Amino acid sequence: MSLITLPNYKEQSPDVKERFDRLKKRSVKMTVNELYKTFDTKKGPILKNVSFSTYKREFTSVIGPSGCGKSTLIRLVAGLESIDSGSINVSGTEVKKPGIERGMVFQEYTLFPWLTVTENVMYGLLRQNRSKAEAKKEALKWINLVGLDNYQDAYPSQLSGGMKQRVAIARSLATQPEMLLMDEPFGALDAQTRARMQAYLLQIWRNIDISIMFVTHDLDEAVYLSDRIIVLKGNPGEIAEIIEVPISRPRSPEQFLTPEFLATKKRLEALIHRNKEEEAVPVIPTTDLVNEIM
Amino acid sequence: MKVFEKLFPIRKLLDKKTRSTLFILSFTLPILLWCAVSYLPFLWHPMVSITNTGDVSYFKKEMLVKRKVFEAENKRMQTKGLQQAQGYRSNPIYLPQPHAVVVSLVKSFTTPPRRRGNPWLHESLLHSIKIILLGFLISSIIGVPLGILCGTYSFFNSLTAPFIEYFRYLPAPVFGALAVAILGINDGPKIAIIVIGTFFQQVLVIANTTSKLNSSLIEAAQTLGASNLTILKTIIIPGTLPDIYKDMRILLGWAWTYLVVAEVIGTSTGITWFINQQAKYRNFEQVYAAIIIIGVIGLLSDQLLAYIGRKIFKEQAIQEI
Ligand SMILES: Nc1ncnc2c1ncn2[C@@H]1O[C@H](COP(=O)(O)OP(=O)(O)OP(=O)(O)O)[C@@H](O)[C@H]1O
Ligand SMILES: [Mg+2]
Repeated sequence: MSLITLPNYKEQSPDVKERFDRLKKRSVKMTVNELYKTFDTKKGPILKNVSFSTYKREFTSVIGPSGCGKSTLIRLVAGLESIDSGSINVSGTEVKKPGIERGMVFQEYTLFPWLTVTENVMYGLLRQNRSKAEAKKEALKWINLVGLDNYQDAYPSQLSGGMKQRVAIARSLATQPEMLLMDEPFGALDAQTRARMQAYLLQIWRNIDISIMFVTHDLDEAVYLSDRIIVLKGNPGEIAEIIEVPISRPRSPEQFLTPEFLATKKRLEALIHRNKEEEAVPVIPTTDLVNEIM
Repeated sequence: MKVFEKLFPIRKLLDKKTRSTLFILSFTLPILLWCAVSYLPFLWHPMVSITNTGDVSYFKKEMLVKRKVFEAENKRMQTKGLQQAQGYRSNPIYLPQPHAVVVSLVKSFTTPPRRRGNPWLHESLLHSIKIILLGFLISSIIGVPLGILCGTYSFFNSLTAPFIEYFRYLPAPVFGALAVAILGINDGPKIAIIVIGTFFQQVLVIANTTSKLNSSLIEAAQTLGASNLTILKTIIIPGTLPDIYKDMRILLGWAWTYLVVAEVIGTSTGITWFINQQAKYRNFEQVYAAIIIIGVIGLLSDQLLAYIGRKIFKEQAIQEI
């Protein structure tokens, strides 16, 4: 098992290298510049001096230990929190408040329970002064894209968790934002549904022109989905490292076991659990029962 | 032990059969108790109803006297060699027998009022319902929108909450005299008392309900390009409506409790007048009949509103309504 020698997580195959060269030639989609955020001055800053850029159509993940400020960062980009100092620019415009060029999918289910699936997806479209008929036509297109044709007239309470998040994705995409912000969107789903949702998301992303910023604390998910992973360390939330994922696209679940994948994951683990020895699993003394089942 | 575990599981619904049995028991038990006290002469029955006055000079037929008095008088008659009085054990007049109440329940709608020009029972009831509904409606027209605004915008909350918090501790009846002076002696002051009793609670309750709406729904709408006013119109109002509806049912119940106070202000009217009038004539069966009718109206209207609520808000799958 452990005989596989892992490559350095930075080692890129020629096609991955070529991908990154092309990616970096694209225009910059978002710039985060020396961002600080403090909620409670006694506790100190939650985010400290965070700077990075993402490129057009890039899939960027943000990962880090619980409470390190991932949600805070993505909410700042969404314009749902106020910036203390520093700035965020999306397509050259400074972020001051929420805007339709930045769609967001939340971890909690945020479908409007009094509206049907179609009406939910129409919500953003109707805010853009489109006629009802036009909005409906457009909405159905997106519902079809997430594979929920049969549930157009269902209410959210009739959907499973995975379906709800698919509708939420369709709803955010319908207004054709330039960026899709996702804060642990699959965090509440079971492992199988989660895997299917990841595949869905990659498919959607391949087919439309959108940059994705994706918060997760699942290492596999981050490696599987992303071009680059921004690793935050907690207390205060600072960038520990930005990882370029050395895995070719299109991605498939078989890649989970490739040496590059494992190496990247190992590196992430090392970064995240750097100061966490105290949280190591305690050793429990073995009892006689162990022999019975071993 | 087994029965105990079956009947008292923590936070779990009992099976349907047990629940309906308990439901029926919750009404039949008090009624059975009432029947027992009324029909079993050895239970309580502190009075004697006179059937034959004998030689006791101040006894009259059908008069209710305390048992002690009755026995003392008979002893006195016995020692004097006079004829003793006869009677049967009975309950005080304020505890009529169930069948008498049932009879008067029917009769109360068919017997004309004692004095011409006085309202019939159903007229008294309708008048009460009118006062409640008008008071509740007037309160709601201002109270519901204000409550929603207070629960949404800190501006309105800061502006009104301190005054409302102060005012709601003043019992509505203290405004009775004032209301009569301003609005006259007819229905005006009665409605005003219901309004005063309902309004301040209503604003606070609805503001609280509104502020409890999941804020991520609001944030989702913001990221979809909805403006401030649009969010109020398309998210906050439809999102809180089922809960506000539930609040309104509870508030309507509270409004009922102000009815009695309201109806004795100015000229006494409505069901309160009817009950006081019957008590004055010592028609206690009628008093009980009226009380039962009020309870039934309350229960039925609440169940009706609950049913309507379930129909309107079915897609939100709010089970508790
Ligand atoms: N509105 C707020 N007011 C005060 N403190 C806040 C607020 N939002 C977040 N915090 C604090 O900021 C810190 C970072 O929170 P945040 O939700 O961004 O972490 P996270 O990385 O998303 O964590 P998780 O993995 O648990 O989702 C936490 O300590 C949290 O208590
Ligand atoms: Mg979070």
